[in-house]
Amino acid sequence: MLGLLGKRFWFFLISGGVILIGIISLATFGLKYGIEFSSGSMMTVDFEQEVSQTELEQTIVDLGYANAIIQRTGAGDFLIRTGELTREEKTALKDALASKYGGLTEAEFYSVSPMVATETAQNAAIAVAVAAIGILLYVTWAFHRMPKPFRYGTCAIIALLHDALIALGIFSILGGILNWEINLMFITGILAVIGYSVNNTVVVFDRIRENLRMGVSPDFEVVVNNSMVETLGRSLNTSLTTLFVILALLLFVGATIMNFAVVLLIGIIAGTFSSVCIAPPLLVVWEKGEWGRFLRPARIFQRSA
Amino acid sequence: MPGRNTLTLIVIIVLFILAVCALIFPVFGREQMRLGLDLQGGIHMVYRADLSQVEPGEEADIIEGVVAVLNNRINPLGVTEPVIQKQGRDRILVELPGLSITDKEKERLSRVALLEFGELAAEDEEAKWENELGRWKPATGVINGQEKELTSAYFKENTYVDQDRLGGIILVFEWNEEGSKLSEQITARLMNQPLGIFEGDASLLGEDGRPIAPIVRAKITHRGQIEGLSYKEADSLSKQLNAGRLPVPLEILYDQTVSPILGADFVDMSIRAGIIGIILVMLFMIAYYRLPGVLASLALIFYGALVLAIFKLIPVTLTLAGLGGLILSVGMAVDANVLIFERMKEEFRTGRTLGAAIEAGFERAWTAIRDSNGTTFIVCGILYWLGSSIVASAPVKGFALTLFIGVAVSMFTAIVVTRTLLRLFVGTALGQRTSRIIVYTGRN
Repeated sequence: MLGLLGKRFWFFLISGGVILIGIISLATFGLKYGIEFSSGSMMTVDFEQEVSQTELEQTIVDLGYANAIIQRTGAGDFLIRTGELTREEKTALKDALASKYGGLTEAEFYSVSPMVATETAQNAAIAVAVAAIGILLYVTWAFHRMPKPFRYGTCAIIALLHDALIALGIFSILGGILNWEINLMFITGILAVIGYSVNNTVVVFDRIRENLRMGVSPDFEVVVNNSMVETLGRSLNTSLTTLFVILALLLFVGATIMNFAVVLLIGIIAGTFSSVCIAPPLLVVWEKGEWGRFLRPARIFQRSA
Repeated sequence: MPGRNTLTLIVIIVLFILAVCALIFPVFGREQMRLGLDLQGGIHMVYRADLSQVEPGEEADIIEGVVAVLNNRINPLGVTEPVIQKQGRDRILVELPGLSITDKEKERLSRVALLEFGELAAEDEEAKWENELGRWKPATGVINGQEKELTSAYFKENTYVDQDRLGGIILVFEWNEEGSKLSEQITARLMNQPLGIFEGDASLLGEDGRPIAPIVRAKITHRGQIEGLSYKEADSLSKQLNAGRLPVPLEILYDQTVSPILGADFVDMSIRAGIIGIILVMLFMIAYYRLPGVLASLALIFYGALVLAIFKLIPVTLTLAGLGGLILSVGMAVDANVLIFERMKEEFRTGRTLGAAIEAGFERAWTAIRDSNGTTFIVCGILYWLGSSIVASAPVKGFALTLFIGVAVSMFTAIVVTRTLLRLFVGTALGQRTSRIIVYTGRN
């Protein structure tokens, strides 16, 4: 049988590397928050004639909106994000753009006051916390018949944090380069991904539970490895089918839910990896008391060599 | 056992036909899916009523009054399913699906519609308004020993728009009893001086963009007129003066306005994405699992029809995020099938017959299916709560609801529908060939 488990420290290295890059980016770029969380106005404008992004950016800075963010959508419209605009300011901005670039249509206008933004951010934070507790309780319950339920729960939570950290890190990079924002749909996507990741982990753990009961082998390492390999087909196939539909979503719906689709894409890839290559090997590391090997780099790859 | 299976099959087929009918024909008078603002265009706004000047205990009545006035103003716009309701202590939610109006019209919806009259203030006096004509203070008169400001609150509710002899637009109003007393005192005092007209903090502007401030030429007691407004402005103002002014000023907390054209694009794009996603999933399932893959694809079609029918019946308001949840649930819908088929393959290898492998596969995959979907349900519940607790609720709630329904229905279709279809092949020649194909294809 495939010796997946033997490569466990390579898996940890790969994940650790990606997370480290993400953390460096989080420390340098930070995260950019959407107007739902930070308040402000966002206007989607469709110009009748061709307008270049750099030119439009300059015009808007000249109009006094130095902090405005301009993005081009897939359909060729422009998203103009500014601080909260009053109706007079909005009219003035539109008039100024119209006099410079000719006819324009306002396809969408979105404005959030600071009061609503604070409220939304607070409730989103509460939701994330409640979700984490809910999942922790759920995992503990789902494994209460196992010999060491707390370990299974903890490893599932580590896998979940792993996925969330990777998604946050990559979004921080995308925010630094492409001005992508953390908005309400990002939070929704992250929570969906967390649910999905735990879902995958539970399937693998379920198989470990069954193989333990059937007494496949007295060696825990063999049991876990067999379970990983046996569920590999299922894990990959489910992720592939889900990735297909997300790709379709990404390619055919485009800009407006681009962030959302990308969170799902990153999260599902990370989630599949963590539920196969991170969570079960961690159980083995715990069982065999191998934590010390993380501290001695020279000995980490002994086994896989 | 075969008898029971046939029965289940019949139930499934009837359910499928019902679902398709529900999609094709109008149900409860509804022909189409209910679409959210982001898909059909429209306006979603949350106002906050300024209750700082309101006596404690009267807040609820005031908000009720605001809702009533907004209703009066919105009704003539012909919106199919408008929502105008109180939210929390001092908020009013307004949802106008499918409506497309200009910024100016949008602003008129929430204007207080109270005109105040002013006179020029002296150097040392405090001014309430300032414009290009000077500094203004409220014009007051005395009734029963009390000083009162002259406002449109003293108008009778019969204001109308007319044309003067030169064709100019005039807004004609009549004072009520108190108003005519005040007006008489004030116009007598301000003879040959300007009388400013203001709305809220701003001057009432004429069609030429200049503040309206007529010079008083005669004492006005019963009836007055305002000249210089554009026809649209005069028309809307007269309607609002008659329909009643808002008891308190409103502030916009949240505004999302989508043009209907943009929304229409999204519907087309999402449908295309959904169809392409489903086709990709089906091709993959068929290529990898052969006959069971075909059956899973049939189950997927059944799943699609059932979910959409449920959306239409409840009805679930479909938003872009909701469609995202729906499309995502298609990917998840086959998950249960994948679990079961993988399990069946293993059972085959241990030498079971097709029938036994099917039963064992379903039996053993069940705990994994149940436990794994549990987390998705928890997350959906939390997201739904989050959606209900915030102003920008539509996307989060839509996603939570569609994903929840999608996953719940997918458990049913994967377990009941696929198993029923698979059982049909037990003991047939095709079934025998299939068992060989299942065992010898696929990885590991």
